[in-house]
Amino acid sequence: MAENTVHHGEAHETTEELWSGGKQPFKASYGKLMMWYFLVSDAFTFAGFLIAYGALRFSSPSWPVPDFVFSTAPFGIHGAPLIFVTFMSFLLILSSVTMVRAVQEGHRENQKGVVFWMFLTVIGGAGFLGCQAWEWTNLIYKECMTVTRNPFGTHTENGTYLNADGSQSTAADDTFKPGMGYLIHHAHLDDHGGDHGHGDEGHEMTAEEAFLADANSAVAAKNLDFDNLPEAGVDFPGFRLNEEGFIQRKFITESGIAAAQENGPKAFGALFFFITGFHGFHVLSGVVFLLIIMLNAGGGLYAARKNGYEMVEKIGLYWHFVDLVWVFVFLVFYLL
Amino acid sequence: MGHHNYEDAKKMVWKGCAVLGIVTLIEVFVSLLQKGHVISGLEDVSAVVITAALIIGILSIYKAYYIIYNFMHMAQEVPGLRMSVLLPTALLIWGMIAFFQEGASWGERRALIKEKNEVSSEDAIKPQGMLLKKIETEKLQ
Repeated sequence: MAENTVHHGEAHETTEELWSGGKQPFKASYGKLMMWYFLVSDAFTFAGFLIAYGALRFSSPSWPVPDFVFSTAPFGIHGAPLIFVTFMSFLLILSSVTMVRAVQEGHRENQKGVVFWMFLTVIGGAGFLGCQAWEWTNLIYKECMTVTRNPFGTHTENGTYLNADGSQSTAADDTFKPGMGYLIHHAHLDDHGGDHGHGDEGHEMTAEEAFLADANSAVAAKNLDFDNLPEAGVDFPGFRLNEEGFIQRKFITESGIAAAQENGPKAFGALFFFITGFHGFHVLSGVVFLLIIMLNAGGGLYAARKNGYEMVEKIGLYWHFVDLVWVFVFLVFYLL
Repeated sequence: MGHHNYEDAKKMVWKGCAVLGIVTLIEVFVSLLQKGHVISGLEDVSAVVITAALIIGILSIYKAYYIIYNFMHMAQEVPGLRMSVLLPTALLIWGMIAFFQEGASWGERRALIKEKNEVSSEDAIKPQGMLLKKIETEKLQ
């Protein structure tokens, strides 16, 4: 081979050497290079979803206000916009940081260090998934948002709500302006009005809680068959009970139009669950692969390969990408 | 990797953690400011809303850059790899402009159809266009 190259020209020599293998394109191993290109294609998938979200949001006259939709956190925290999701972001950033540490320990062939930092990364990822599970549970079971139903609406005009008995409310927080969000509640059949909310804990009822208490007792008094509500819903003086049993509050706008709350754009629920679910699925598979690679590293498989724990580097690339995608999911769904 | 380098690299990681954390906090603060939680009334000033959205967007791109270059070590890859990964994503700029424009156009059409649907039949038979012009000229004469 060496003698051949002497006789043939420069160009021929390089071509032959390139095609005889052993040379890495872009000075990166096959695995790392393909991980990069997989991530490029995945980035396009996510970008497609997020751009679809943007296009639908631009096409809609109103859109749920994120800091109203995402203002609940565990331990009974209400009205704390974006706090929980910021905590989730920090978890993901921290797990990304511990992942970098794992890769660094890998370069030093420090087996214990790799396993330790990967373990912390797994905890961070699992913590994020736990938070997301809580967020979804709260949205689905407490706030009744599903793939096809979005009870989060937004006002487009100034106006005032009616009380449950049909009179115009005088409470200060029963007036609204354009851009203010509302959540349509499902009628509670189990509690018999009056004590709805946290009144018994010495906490003063908000105008909305007071309205819901009155509305719920009005609904309970009618003894409706909830499995068989009329298609057009049931009309009450201050609200409409729709065919699914949701209380749509009536209001009068500044221009004198009487109307009732309507569900927000349907696409919101589908987009939210699909896109955050797709990201959550990436986190889940990331955690599974991290666990497998952590166990392999602990078993000495990568130490034997003597390539600076390249497998850890590859799963690291994937894990940082998951964090990177969250930057944009966070931007689009929660911040804007 | 020498001992000195390793210590430096470790420091870089924690610096990265601080950078990403602080940028995220700034983003959340600007977002709350934009929605009128910090100073109420600010959510009605469209200049503030647009500027805040731009700031949040730029900070997010900075975070993305930081993760790719420092955590994924893109800075240490050869330019060919860097370009083959980063340049295709430039197509997304076109994607955003085209589809947001398209979305806004759906919205305009929807509003137009809604407006037309709300026109009552009495309004519809009122003289319009050239006929109205003719009546007005006749009145003047």
